[in-house]
Amino acid sequence: MEKIMFYLLAAIIVIFAYMSVTSRKLYRATMYLLFVLLAVSGLYFMMEYNFMGAVQLSVYAGGIMVLFVYAVMLTDKIGEPLRSIPAKWKILPVVVTVGTALLAIYAIYSYQGISADNEATVTTVEQVGEKLLSYEDGGFVLPFEVISILLLAAMIGAIVIAKAKKLVNQEKN
Amino acid sequence: MILTNTTNYFAQLIDYLFEQMGLGGQILGYVIVAAIYLTFFAVAGLLLVYVERRVAAFFQLRLGPNRVGPWGLLQTIADALKLLAKEITGTERKDKLLYHAAYFLVIPAALIGLSVIPFSNGVQAYDLNIGVFFISAVSSVGVLGILFGGWGSNNKYSLIGGMRSGLQMISYELSAGLAILTIILMAGSLQMSEIINQQKDLWFIVKGHIPALIAFVIFVIAGTAESNRTPFDLPEGEAELGAGFHSEYSGMGFAYFFLAEFINMFIISAVAVTLFFGGWLAPFGITDSLPWQPLWGAVWFFVKVSGMIFLLMWFRWTFPRLRIDQLLTLEWKYLLPVGLLNIVLMAILVYYNIIL
Repeated sequence: MEKIMFYLLAAIIVIFAYMSVTSRKLYRATMYLLFVLLAVSGLYFMMEYNFMGAVQLSVYAGGIMVLFVYAVMLTDKIGEPLRSIPAKWKILPVVVTVGTALLAIYAIYSYQGISADNEATVTTVEQVGEKLLSYEDGGFVLPFEVISILLLAAMIGAIVIAKAKKLVNQEKN
Repeated sequence: MILTNTTNYFAQLIDYLFEQMGLGGQILGYVIVAAIYLTFFAVAGLLLVYVERRVAAFFQLRLGPNRVGPWGLLQTIADALKLLAKEITGTERKDKLLYHAAYFLVIPAALIGLSVIPFSNGVQAYDLNIGVFFISAVSSVGVLGILFGGWGSNNKYSLIGGMRSGLQMISYELSAGLAILTIILMAGSLQMSEIINQQKDLWFIVKGHIPALIAFVIFVIAGTAESNRTPFDLPEGEAELGAGFHSEYSGMGFAYFFLAEFINMFIISAVAVTLFFGGWLAPFGITDSLPWQPLWGAVWFFVKVSGMIFLLMWFRWTFPRLRIDQLLTLEWKYLLPVGLLNIVLMAILVYYNIIL
């Protein structure tokens, strides 16, 4: 059962990722991307990592995707299909993709440290929270604080951008 | 007296079928559970539409639907049959894929949200350890269905309706999330069954006194906004936008959106009942000694949820619609700061153990 579900989700991810890249309608591409993100969250749920699955759903599917949808609406000529790329431009992306895939496969197979655990452990929100704020070895308090500062800076930046016109107008007057 | 047991009737059914028939039985079990939920989805949706029309009629001193069946109970079934038989039309040059994918995003979002709600002791499809968070995560996927539907219709009114709806749902999700967090601070768990278990001596709305009351008010306002109901129904403001994002849907396409909207209202009421009013727990434990415990749990759950739904309908037929700037001001200038302060207040109360 698990195997069937895994291959189903993997197939969804691969097929829709391909379709999202090759689709010539921008709005449909975002929908295919949504299906990829949903399937990834399905993988997390299969691993009993429920918290990560729900974060994937709410942050990526709910947040980032809505942002994409609004961003796409601001682009030019969304209703018309995108022009197709000439063949000579396609070579480099193909080479890069295949090269990266080969590198990743090589890295996975040459790494000996993995031993698959048959018992799935449920990661609780408490564990995630304690690790996030722990000062000890393997704690994540520094990245957590850095990200907080980054988000604060982004928020202030957004306010400045939104108010810039108003401020300039005030100075002129 | 055992109030929460670890039995989950749906899980037991699937396990039993798995023992009897192997893998096929397991799949059969999943199908049966899904079928039960789908049936509930359809029946509850139809019933809510009937109740809404009836309540609306009484608020306006009318009678409402009262011709088909006893007290007009079969009216919505007749309507559903009519919608089934209707021709499916749409706009020219619509994006067919997005247009039809929209309701396949909205309906599963509502249905999956339903699956983690405990209807009674052990009557819950899946008792996730992050239950409440899961519901808010899944409901945020439903927004995308509305946005895709609004775009796919190839109609400017649908597009504006979809945009407004997305904007509103994202904004108010923050407040709803903060109100939920306030209660989570007190419960110390995101699991639905654990939250209910914590309330067996006292419901959270009493236990958390002031901050819990504020959180409840914020949650109800944000919940009304998230289900796109009046006074927050700008996305389908009929004077400006026709029917908003579902203007161009006919027949069952329209019915799906309509059903999902009512089920979302049910989910919001159920979450409010679970977080603030003890879910399926009987008030003061008055039915705890009677036989058929799960049944009594379901009775209390549905009584409380009906009360919440009535409150939401009461709002709908009492308040006038907000303007878009009023809507955003209410969220960003009032609800969000109050919600944030409320969390701090609740944290202080929980830290010094001043909750009842």
